Formats: sequence, C-alpha cells, structure tokens
Amino acid sequence: MLYRENGQFKTRYGDDQQIFPILQDRWLVMALIAFAFIGVPMLASEYMFRAILIPFVILSLAALGLNLLVGYCGQISLGSGAFMAVGAYIAYNAYTRVPGMPVVGAFLIGGGAALLVGIVFGIPSLRIRGLYLAVATLAAQFFCDWVFARVAWFTNYSASGSVSVPTLTVAGVSLDTPQSKYLFCLTIVTVMALAAKNIVRGHVGRSWMAIRDMDVAATVIGIRPVTAKLSAFAVSSFVIGVAGAMWAFVHLGSWEPLAFDVNRSLNLLFMIIIGGMGSIMGSFFGAAFIVVLPILLNQVPAWLGVPISTAMASHLEFMIFGALIVFFLIVEPHGLARLWSIGKEKLRLWPFPH
Amino acid sequence: MRQNTTARWLAAAALAAGLAALAPGLAQAQAKGAPAAAGAKEQFFPLLVYRTGPYAPNGVPFANGMADYYKMLNARDGGIGGVRLTMEECETGYATDRGVECYERLKGKGPTGATAVHPLSTGITFALTDKVPNDKIPLITAGYGRSESANGEVFKWNFILGGSYWVAADILVQHVGSIEGGVDRLKGKKIALVYHDSPFGKEPIALLQERAKMHGYQLILIPVTHPGVEQKAAWLQVRRDRPDYVFLWGWGVMNSTAVKEAIATGYPREKMYGVWWSGAEPDIVPAGDGGKGYNALTFMAPAGTSRVHQDIFRNLHDKGQGSGPRDEVGQVLYNRGLTAAAVTAEAVRVSQERYGKRPLTGEEVRWGFENLNIDAARIKQLGFEGLMQPISTSCRDHMGGNSAQIHSWDGKKWVVAPKVYQADMQILKPMQDAYAARYAAEKKIQPRDCAKEASN
Repeated sequence: MLYRENGQFKTRYGDDQQIFPILQDRWLVMALIAFAFIGVPMLASEYMFRAILIPFVILSLAALGLNLLVGYCGQISLGSGAFMAVGAYIAYNAYTRVPGMPVVGAFLIGGGAALLVGIVFGIPSLRIRGLYLAVATLAAQFFCDWVFARVAWFTNYSASGSVSVPTLTVAGVSLDTPQSKYLFCLTIVTVMALAAKNIVRGHVGRSWMAIRDMDVAATVIGIRPVTAKLSAFAVSSFVIGVAGAMWAFVHLGSWEPLAFDVNRSLNLLFMIIIGGMGSIMGSFFGAAFIVVLPILLNQVPAWLGVPISTAMASHLEFMIFGALIVFFLIVEPHGLARLWSIGKEKLRLWPFPH
Repeated sequence: MRQNTTARWLAAAALAAGLAALAPGLAQAQAKGAPAAAGAKEQFFPLLVYRTGPYAPNGVPFANGMADYYKMLNARDGGIGGVRLTMEECETGYATDRGVECYERLKGKGPTGATAVHPLSTGITFALTDKVPNDKIPLITAGYGRSESANGEVFKWNFILGGSYWVAADILVQHVGSIEGGVDRLKGKKIALVYHDSPFGKEPIALLQERAKMHGYQLILIPVTHPGVEQKAAWLQVRRDRPDYVFLWGWGVMNSTAVKEAIATGYPREKMYGVWWSGAEPDIVPAGDGGKGYNALTFMAPAGTSRVHQDIFRNLHDKGQGSGPRDEVGQVLYNRGLTAAAVTAEAVRVSQERYGKRPLTGEEVRWGFENLNIDAARIKQLGFEGLMQPISTSCRDHMGGNSAQIHSWDGKKWVVAPKVYQADMQILKPMQDAYAARYAAEKKIQPRDCAKEASN
C-alpha cells in the first residue's frame, strides 16, 4: 500500500538507472543515513560506540571489500585478514615514519599497499579457481602473519611486536571522543560503499559478474579474465586494506599480528555468506550478525536477570550463535540480504497478495 | 517458494527477537551513560576473566581467587571501611577485542565507576593502556604487561605491581648463572627461550638480549604460535640445538603441552625454567610423573595456605559460597588471584584514609596504588604470610617490588627454594626509562615531574 511505485514515471534513462529507482527506497535510505549521522551520535552511549558501533562500521567495510571479490567476481579468498594487516601496518609505517602525514593519507597508502599485495596474491586466480584458489589465498594469510611478526622493520623495532598510534587528528579535529571516531569511520564507509555500489553497477562490475557466472562465456563475449579478476582483487584488497587501517588506528589503537590472524579472514567470509553474497547491503547485515549478535547474546542472561555463571553465559553464546548460523543458512542460503529483498517484494503486494 | 513461507516467518520472528533483545541493551546502555546516583555505598570491581577456551585451565583458578577475596572481605569485614564491594565478571576468552568490549561494558558500572582493572592478558593490557588515561581508571598488571610501565612518570595509570617480565628474565639468568657458579660462566652456553608468539612472550627478549651481550651466552628464540597446542617444530629445534637451559614463556594449554613435548624429546625437566605464569598445577599435572624436576619462578604467591585461607574457608566455603571447588583454594594461581585482589583492596584502603570512607573513583584509588606500602608486618596482618613479597610504590616506581623465588615440582607439589632473588635494577632501570621515553615520544605524552608532585 505504502510501498508502491505507481505514479512514479521515469522519463529519462538517468531516472531508470539510479541506485534506488523507487522513491520510497530512496527516502528510506536517505533517512537511514541521516539517522546514522545525526540520530545515532545523539542517542548512543559510550559503550555502544566503542564496543558495538565502531567495530560494526569498520568490519562492514571489510566485509564489503571481500564481497566485491567473492560475491561479485566469484573468487573465493581466505586472505582478507592478511590484506587488513597489510593496510594496518603500512598505514602505521607511513604515519609514524613520514612527518606530517595526514591520517587519511596514511589510510590511502595502506590501502594502496594492500592493493598491490592483493594483485600479487590474485595472480594464481588466473590458473586455478574455487576451493583451490581459496587454499592459495590462504598462503597470503600465513605469509603476512609471518612477515609482520618476524620482520622488525614493520613494527618499528618494537620489542614486544605490538605497535600503537597516538591520538589521531583529522582536518584539525582530534578524534578523542567516541562520537568523533564513529563519525569519521561512518564517513569513510559511506563514501566507499557508494563508490563500490557504482563500480559494481558499471562495466567493471558487470565484467566481474560475467566472470563469476561463467568465465568461458565471459571470455567469448570479449571480457578479458586477466583484467577482470585482477581488478577485482585490486579493488577488494584496497577496500579491505583501508578497513584494516581503520580497525587498527581507530578501534584498537594498539595491536599485534594476532589481531589479523586467519580467524579474522574466516570471520569476514562468514559475514558475507550469512549477509548475502553479491550484495552491498548484505555486507552490513552480515557484519551486524557476526559482530553484534555474540556480544548481545553474552549479555542477554544478565538483562533477563538469570543468575548463571560467566562460563555458562559464554558457552550459551557459542551454542545459540552457532544454531542461528545454521538456522539462517537453511532458511535462506542466499543470506540475510535475500530475506530483505523478499520482504520488499512482499511489501509491494501487501495487503492484497496474489 | 510457498512451502518455505513458514520457515521465512520463523526467520523474520528470529530477527524481530534479535531486535527486541537489542532494545533493552540500548536502554541499559543509556542508563549507564548517566552518572548513577551516589546513594549506594558500594565500590565496584570489574572482573575480566576467562573461564572458556585454551587459557581457561589457568584463568579459572585466578578468577576464583580474585572473586573469593572480595567476597570474603564483604562477609568478614562488611567490605572496606564500611563500603561494600560489588563485582561483575565478563568473559574475555583471552581475546583482545572481547577484552576491550568487556572493559567498555564494565567501566561505568557502580556508583563511582570501575575501581581498577586487571586485564589478565598482556594483549589486552596493551590495548587498554591507551584507554585508561581518558577514563581515569588504574590498570593493574601484577606480574605481566608492559615492562617499561614500571616507570610511573610516563605510565601514570599503569601499575605493574610486584614484577615485570624483565624482572622475571633477569632473575632466571641470575639463577642459571648461580648454578654454573657465576653469571660470567654463562659465556658460550646456550639458552633457548620457548615463548608464546605474542607481546606476552616477546616481552623478555629485550632483557635476555641485553644480558647475552653482557655475559656472552647464546640466546635461541623459539616462538610457538597461539594457542600453543602444536609445538612439535619448536621441540625439534630444541633437540637439534641442545640448549643448556630452556626458558618457557607460556600460558594456558601451551605450558602443559611444552612439558609433555619436553618429555617426548627427552629434554631434562631439571633444565627447564618457566616464568611465573608457567608454573602452576594445571601446567604440570597433565604431564604426570614426567613433570618431576620442572622449575618455575614464583613471585608473589606460591602454593600453600595461610591465615587468609582459613578466613575464606570459614566465610565462604563452609557456607557453600566459594567461587570454585574447595580443593582449588591454596593452588598457585588461586593464590595469585587472591594476592592481586588483596593489593587492590589495600590500595582502596590507603585511598580511603586520604579521601574518606566512601565509594571512591578510579582517580582516587590511583593515589592509593601509588602510595602502597605493604611491608612484612602488613603482610602478616593481612594473613598473607609466606605468600607475598613486600610492595612499596611511589610516583616514579609503579612496580614496587622486584624479587622472586624458584619453585620446583617434586611430582606431587611445588617446593619453593629458599633463596629470594632480586632483579638487577642497574640493568633494568635504564632499559625501563629508555623504552618509556620512546613510548612517550610515540604517544606525545609529557612525562610527569615526580619531584614537583611530591612537594605539593
């Protein structure tokens, strides 16, 4: 009833090709972004920012980056933790070794380095695919773990192997409050998500999807697999690298290679599988599911006033979380994003479904 | 499509339930943000624990010891100075990100916020070191964490009470030196460090290298990746290099695995020396009889019972209110949790003398930590005789003690050797200051002037 496109006439090609062709969608998304930028900073507490919102926003970006590669181009990667680490450590080195380096500049350098590493480790994708490629990208993970733990230059010869950054300043504003950190992350994520959406709508994204769906057919219609696959690795690694730099600089403040171990890679892969592969929106759903849900589950017994031991709460968290993953994968193998779009389809027919 | 409808509704319901769960969380978080009314006379202690995962065998007794001490104070004395102690546990699983989440969750609770945080993980310590100055909460790392944080001028909020990893490494070198008949006899010897490949395990390396330069022994570094259940390669290297001594810097299942691997490799346990986190019952009991002869440091709390344990039995376990099983009381890690809680309570008491007997903020308790003076008489008064080394802190010195003993496993229990070693501060102090200065430069911190503060 409310969600109809009746009367919305499209008179130009531009109208038909915009990201959200339906007016209601446009308003909804605008309202959502406005709420994220204005409403949330006024409402959320410090705990919400530091423990939930900032990690959620940053990992959404990392998941989005991985989604470009896995969801859109069909190249399974288990090396996203490594690309995050490259982004974080190179940004750290750029920031501490180059005097006067702005934070955003350091992030871009970190992202750029991740891009190069991503291309190098993407080369095997030209010859192998599927699970074999996943195993090959695992090499990136172990190689980077080793490099950042063993080569002292990357950690600026820190004795413990842990590095840290001072309080960040962006455009004259010091990022010392959780609100400012959140807004900074949100801005970067919004810009990059918009850019990613436009890339996947354009000819680059179409060539990725063609490769994903059938690479032989894609080659026949004139798409060069080398360019398509490596560009997917490049763009994806860049986004993941920037996310890694943000994770390290903004969220952790001080970190060690363990922050980007193989668990992080698997986590990101789970995010996009549960959120929805080949969907920008799905990356956010998946990140919310994987980041926020365990923390909530851990606290539910306390809110309900159920007196159970800490260990029990923790075990329950694992069990319920695991059960929910299985449940959602059975109900909707295409992820939460698919549930979202089914919901929208239903809403268009409501209240008179046929 | 159609037969899936029920399942879809279920999914939608599950999502809705999730949102519903989020709502009280928001509300609760809101309530937390506002400063709670100062009505309740309570002092809140956050407890960052790990009762699950590969580090749980060691995390559980420590957590129980800490909780039991606070509970016992409530039952025996009605709290500290008439202020009741409240506490809440949060499971970190030894993971840095969850540890930070727990810290954020608990730091604002209670009428005056968190009293002090014991992260019980060097990784979490590194992450929280940046956060505590803003929140004005003392960060207590009794026997772990950043070694250079003994420098109170740079690390105003960190208290590495009782000893750092540099102290531990220094004492181990002194000890093996004394076995050889003097540290200068270590020349040409080989010492292997089998360490947890994390900031925790890497901490002693700087000092061991410094000492290697002085005495001319060869240091072999053998990292073990987290969580440490796979050590075949590490011990193969031990077998090949045949070091004269092995120093073990492990935690959780890594310790018991290392002892088992040493048995399998045939490396004599008598030549193995663990840090004080690698010398408790859960580390050695799984190895069975083969663990006999294994040595480790013990810096604050060896195994055993004292008067404080009688109070714990009487006030808690006899009433069925103990945090863990009864026979755990008196174990190494339980006692260490007990002493960690005792120094915290002592700091609160010292601060109460200055600020009055009311719930104190973290900032007020920090003063207490900086002016601790737990001497032998006070240890006896507290009922910790034989379990604790004296601690005396100051504005400059946030460590307060640098002594430790060696204990060995005789197959059934830990036997403490009588000799008390002191770390050589002539070596440690310049290193602490150099590393602290580097940290201050990196973080753009202006060190405090302790001479000026003392005159105020």
